[in-house]
Amino acid sequence: MRAARGITSRAHPLWLAYILHRLSGLGLALFLPFHFWVLALATTDPARLDGFLTLTEAGAVKLAEFGLVFLLAVHMFGGLRLMALEFLPWTPSQKTLAAGATALSFCVAMLFLLKAI
Amino acid sequence: MTSNILKVTLERDAGGQTEFDVPAYESQTVLDVVSWIQQNADPTLSYRFACRVGMCGSCAMMVNGVPRWTCRTHISKVLDGDKVTIGPLRNLPVIKDLTVDMDPFFDKWVGAEAVHHGTLTRDDPIAAVDETSPERVEANAGIECINCSVCYAACDTVAGNPDYLGPAALQRAWTLLNDAKDEGRAAILEAVSGRGGCHNCHSMGSCTAYCPNELDPMSAIAGLKRETAKSFFKRGR
Repeated sequence: MRAARGITSRAHPLWLAYILHRLSGLGLALFLPFHFWVLALATTDPARLDGFLTLTEAGAVKLAEFGLVFLLAVHMFGGLRLMALEFLPWTPSQKTLAAGATALSFCVAMLFLLKAI
Repeated sequence: MTSNILKVTLERDAGGQTEFDVPAYESQTVLDVVSWIQQNADPTLSYRFACRVGMCGSCAMMVNGVPRWTCRTHISKVLDGDKVTIGPLRNLPVIKDLTVDMDPFFDKWVGAEAVHHGTLTRDDPIAAVDETSPERVEANAGIECINCSVCYAACDTVAGNPDYLGPAALQRAWTLLNDAKDEGRAAILEAVSGRGGCHNCHSMGSCTAYCPNELDPMSAIAGLKRETAKSFFKRGR
């Protein structure tokens, strides 16, 4: 079974999309308890919460926030992809068109949002 | 091809590896390489093949970590420099050398109710089949399976769950579910929604990526997921 250990047959887009979805979900699951704990500080220890909030000015934390938003986006679109894949009996070209349209509208919406900010 | 001699590593049973120098030639398949070793270097080598033209599904092996039908795979397409590693199919018990026991694979075809459920006898008239109906088109998409077990070897869900029926068996269950001549709908849905059934599939897509006949078991399993879900919401099971 050593051929199994060295298996290189995972190097294709569908498997990579699968592992990205799982790892982003795992990352979010690890983050959420911490997130709720920090939010809970608003009622238990507001001074400490303010301490945490000043931390968000730091560059490293900003970078981590980017990572977090990336995980959320990857996980959400991974979930939508999976549902489309399994529950929409469309042809591959229809799915490509739908994904392209979604991505395009997402980009346009993001542009407007960035302009508004 | 970079040299006239191929460095071939065979992954034998009990974890042993053996290296062979095999002369290279034009239009040489992986099966040709294995056959050369057995005929010229090691007559004890065990491997399985029959038709040599991609119809019988008996010669699949792991080639550089990828499951392939060896009779239709040119060695020049898979060489890493002048090296290649050939092993027995993944996810199946090894009998000896490159020969695996296919019993678990075929048992799961039966487990998925991927068998014909007929109700007519030889005395009945032959039922007409509408080749253009959506169900028939769906069934036709999967019927060219040659039972080679490449998808079964490529699947990580099979590797992680010994009960999982696997892509080939589930794809055949899906074709029968769409086959107007098959009357086993209830039995099939029951079989594929159980512990080892279609809902184990994580849609990793290795079955579809490596099927040598370019079939799409992943989408067939997605079809079963839809039908079992519909059946669950309609009848509560």
